[in-house]
Amino acid sequence: MEIAQLVLGGIAGGCVYGLVALGFVLIYKATESVNFAQGDMMMLGAFVTLQFVNTAYWGMNFWVGVCLAVIVMAVVGYLMEALVIRRLFGQPQFAIVILTIAIGFVLRFFAGFIWGYEPLSLDTPFAGQNVQFAGLAIGVDEIFVIGVTIALTLALYLFFARTKLGMAMQASSQNQLAAYYMGVPVKRVHGLVWALSGGIATIAGVLFAARGSIDPNLGLLGIKAFAAAVIGGFGSLPGALAGGLIVGLVEPFAGRYIASGYSQIAPYAVMLVVLVLRPNGLFAQVQSKKV
Amino acid sequence: MRIHQKTSYDDDINLFEDHRQAMWYALLLIAAIAIPLVLDPFRLGDLASMLIWAIAGMGLMVLAGHTGQPSLGHAAFLACGAYMEAWLNNHGVPFLLSLPLSGLFAGVVGALIAVPALRMSGIYLAIATLAIGIVAEDVIVLLDPVTGGVSGTSVGPVNLFGYEIDRYVNPAAFYWLCLGVTVIVTLGYANLLRSATGRSFLAIRDSEVSAKAMGINVARTKTLAFFLSCFATGLAGALMAHYIGSFNYETFLITVSIQMLLMIVVGGMGSIHGAFFGAAVYVYLPQFITAIRQGITNNAIPGLDTGIFAAVLIAIIIIEPLGINGRWLKTRAWFQLFPLARRDMFRRQKSYLKTERMR
Amino acid sequence: MSLFVADNLSKHFGGVKAVDGVSFTVEEGEVFTIVGPNGAGKSTIFNLISRFYDCTTGTMTFDGHDITNAQPHEIIRHGIARTFQNIELFDHSTVLQNLLVGRHSRRKSNVVSNLFFLPWVRQEERDHRAAVEAVIEFLDLQAYRDKMIAGLPYGVRKIVEIGRALACGPKLLLLDEPASGLSVEETQDVAYWIEDMQKDMGLTVLMVEHDMKLVSQVSTRVLAMADGKPIAVGTPVEVQSHPKVIEAYLGMGAAA
Repeated sequence: MEIAQLVLGGIAGGCVYGLVALGFVLIYKATESVNFAQGDMMMLGAFVTLQFVNTAYWGMNFWVGVCLAVIVMAVVGYLMEALVIRRLFGQPQFAIVILTIAIGFVLRFFAGFIWGYEPLSLDTPFAGQNVQFAGLAIGVDEIFVIGVTIALTLALYLFFARTKLGMAMQASSQNQLAAYYMGVPVKRVHGLVWALSGGIATIAGVLFAARGSIDPNLGLLGIKAFAAAVIGGFGSLPGALAGGLIVGLVEPFAGRYIASGYSQIAPYAVMLVVLVLRPNGLFAQVQSKKV
Repeated sequence: MRIHQKTSYDDDINLFEDHRQAMWYALLLIAAIAIPLVLDPFRLGDLASMLIWAIAGMGLMVLAGHTGQPSLGHAAFLACGAYMEAWLNNHGVPFLLSLPLSGLFAGVVGALIAVPALRMSGIYLAIATLAIGIVAEDVIVLLDPVTGGVSGTSVGPVNLFGYEIDRYVNPAAFYWLCLGVTVIVTLGYANLLRSATGRSFLAIRDSEVSAKAMGINVARTKTLAFFLSCFATGLAGALMAHYIGSFNYETFLITVSIQMLLMIVVGGMGSIHGAFFGAAVYVYLPQFITAIRQGITNNAIPGLDTGIFAAVLIAIIIIEPLGINGRWLKTRAWFQLFPLARRDMFRRQKSYLKTERMR
Repeated sequence: MSLFVADNLSKHFGGVKAVDGVSFTVEEGEVFTIVGPNGAGKSTIFNLISRFYDCTTGTMTFDGHDITNAQPHEIIRHGIARTFQNIELFDHSTVLQNLLVGRHSRRKSNVVSNLFFLPWVRQEERDHRAAVEAVIEFLDLQAYRDKMIAGLPYGVRKIVEIGRALACGPKLLLLDEPASGLSVEETQDVAYWIEDMQKDMGLTVLMVEHDMKLVSQVSTRVLAMADGKPIAVGTPVEVQSHPKVIEAYLGMGAAA
């Protein structure tokens, strides 16, 4: 029974990592840049929701608040691309890595400035509710987290595989100039991707907040989501989710069966092992260059 | 306008372009040596700290700026140097021996880490090094018997030729010590860049395929770059140990690694000057911010330093991708060409990104 | 004895046979050209010789040494230097530095002496520089010596690539489409340089090229390939009039 509980908690935690990883992969797939601020966008999304929903602030209905927060964060994501990232259009990956790290620092400062550094918790309609199932006490929050994640991943997968816009996004990352020639509005596509990942970050933030308290340094969780994305191969949406689940499951089990000090390192250890064995992740997308 | 006439191959090989440039650097060095005569001990400490960060920055610059292998976990090697120095110093090893040993230890650890890292590139390497930086924090805590675990460790004064140099008792001596190490590391770095080893680093950064075709052993050269980079960073760590006196894992958090990288980007990637400019910004910007804030409000605002540092960085990357050093070079070129400089001379070429998934 | 011998070379990518049982020899002092339609496997052969790919079958011998299993970075030490079809220069370095990297295989100093820049390192640098200056002189690159590659026009970069390969003083020079993307005048320059390399420097050249005018002007012998297989070897005139070659280029209808 204890194992089942650990698995369930691991999956729910893994879903949050998976969603943040999904945000990384989304931007990477479409723009070939890596957004190191994704974790901080998740943090900001959680705080914006809290601002809308909590009774101590504006006290809106939970679902309305979440929808509004998603919209607000999509706009933030779009503006971030349009005002800052776009200036580096065509520059190497590394410049954007540095830029997004810096953006992450700035977002963290803003969140700390507005909401303070004390941990806060989000008011959710299903806090503390349990469902008894096969002798297990399953939290409604956990069901919520898992369900939303599955739905979102499926939707994104279909978006990239089936829709014209999704394919345009893929094309623009492979070769910007060629995508231009084929009539893909590369810059607008980039803006849309960032907006989309802002929205997803918010949902990830809400899901995280549903199970714990949030503070401005929550964004560092993004690093763990990196581990998830890398394990999944950076560029594969299902891979990101799988990676998230692996990280989510490894953490509690390492803490339980090795020693509590190891639950922090375990995900990174797994990631490093994956990278050593398969330097481009489990679902690799890197090929060797033709000369 | 200045016209520089080259008359022999040595003009390209020498460290300085001409006597004029050599003279300026000589003056700078003399000023750096003489400055303890006029500066109060507190400010002198800041200056020593800047030099230490410049050494660490040069270490990271070799790897990230010149070999094209970004590391987001370099604080781990800073820690290697610092803990090794503390351990050796507390066991009575003289500084002249313990300093290079600390560097060597960090360098060897770096070279060992390079072995698996060799197969990774770009973003994967950045994330792997990030993970190493995080794991290092926990490893420091877990290695309690050597590192003192959470409570940390402390280190005595520098023991140089029987003299004891303590940062607070004789700040000038400590500053000169840092200056000496800085000068040695800088000279080594400059020599590296003008010889075959430095060129092989640059070659790997720009095109691994043709580096191979030109006879460069890519795996060995990358390992060497990791070793040299971590060696210099380890030296900085050893000096830092004496500078702060006592420390624990919190001195080497992952955010320190990230800030180190941001520091050299602000200064200017791919240049020795950049490491110094970056270190200056890193050390003096917080003080500058505090001074301005105190003019407005007396309440401390947590996180303000890093927030503004990051904002400055964003501005620099957008306006001047080559950092402060890039701006400095352009300004200098403008004066050297005066009055022939044109506006469009430094305009950035429009470029399109091709996938980096092909390696 | 031949300078370079390729015996039964094959390279398969999964089910695709990019190169399939190709044998040829390159004699000392000749200009040997490989021609063929796109996808014939010409560049793959170059990558096999550079050891970027492992051969599926076959052996390669150069100057009496078996290089079939050599490391990529060892190839240039045997005396084989190459250029790339899609220019692979070190973009953020000057022309001079690029050419100096070309001398890397001749380096004798190690990292320790480099760090201290000992006197013999300076002497070595001077020697490298003298060798590189000779190449700059030969290819008329004086005007670009201190220019960054990133700002140079395509034609010049193409020449710098040839210069970088020449800098190490190779015995065999592999030129991968040296004239692609060049103007008529620039192509003519390349033709003269290849002739000079062959006659004055005594270099052997192995070339892949599409420009038939250049090929017939400079080549001693030509190997024609199609679909990974060799179809004809001989002088440029012989190969150009070979029925199988005409068929490969123009399709079945023209040959009939």
